[in-house]
Amino acid sequence: MKVAVVTFPGSNCDYDLYKAVQDVGGSPTFVWHRERGLDGYDAVMLPGGFSYGDYLRGGAIARLSPVMEDVVAYAAAGGPVLGVCNGFQILCEAGLLPGALMRNESLRFQSFPVRLRVERADTLFTTAYDEGQVLRIPIAHGEGNYEADPATLERLEGDGRVVFRYVDASGEPTDDGNPNGSWHNIAGIVNEAGNVLGMMPHPERAMEPLLGSTDGRGVFTSLVRALGAAAPAATP
Amino acid sequence: MSAIRLEIHIKPRPGLLNPEGKAIHHALHSLGWNGVADVRVGKTIYMDLDAESEAAALETAEAMCRKMLANPVTEDFEISVVTAEGAAS
Repeated sequence: MKVAVVTFPGSNCDYDLYKAVQDVGGSPTFVWHRERGLDGYDAVMLPGGFSYGDYLRGGAIARLSPVMEDVVAYAAAGGPVLGVCNGFQILCEAGLLPGALMRNESLRFQSFPVRLRVERADTLFTTAYDEGQVLRIPIAHGEGNYEADPATLERLEGDGRVVFRYVDASGEPTDDGNPNGSWHNIAGIVNEAGNVLGMMPHPERAMEPLLGSTDGRGVFTSLVRALGAAAPAATP
Repeated sequence: MSAIRLEIHIKPRPGLLNPEGKAIHHALHSLGWNGVADVRVGKTIYMDLDAESEAAALETAEAMCRKMLANPVTEDFEISVVTAEGAAS
């Protein structure tokens, strides 16, 4: 699995993603935001961080980077794209995913492991999990409060495009389990075609028993499995 | 061509939670300003833009807002020209 890990000025989870891809037997390559061309990659990943210092809005300037034109074309051609944290914000700003990530309701930067319920175990990124399984994966963000207009939200729920939801200790999506005020406890969504996943929690930080959880591995092993089974990646 | 001074107000959509506004609202209440009914925080961008006319400047700035400066999901925008006297109109 050849993976492009796109880095922007201010990305800071790029090495974590790189390592996560290596850990599941993939071969990652860093692609600088000014580079062009994503041909030949089996997947593209946008890391967390604070691209352009989060100036204007998280992801607002990064999404205008030259490489993002290629990411948009890559996604349109069906190529798998994963955006984590700031990467999720960039995907929303680029219009690859609907909605926006607003300031946390608490106004605090929240950094701790959360409980995530897998709502869909049949996407490219989640077949290694069981539907309803609760994962422990860390978050680290100040702007992860997912919002969209009512029609979009209804469509997301109706089409089953909410992939991960924040839940409490009993596995329910309550306010208690919601770290940032996201609508319906949304932590991760896919696009209509199902090949673009954006999520605020960091699966790449939950790869090692030493760091407290290996629950993030499934995102990467699922992708390896999906790519192994399917035809080679889209070449836009 | 001359530089036209613009003020671009990016405003949070009504009805959407505005956590910063809420925090300021609470703080004002705790200082005794109990008459504050609502606070929302947006941002203002001050821009000097070379354009043929005010109308052309407004049109360009509007395109900038749609493309980048405002997020249509969460924000509205309003653009005003700052006149020589310094007042925004």
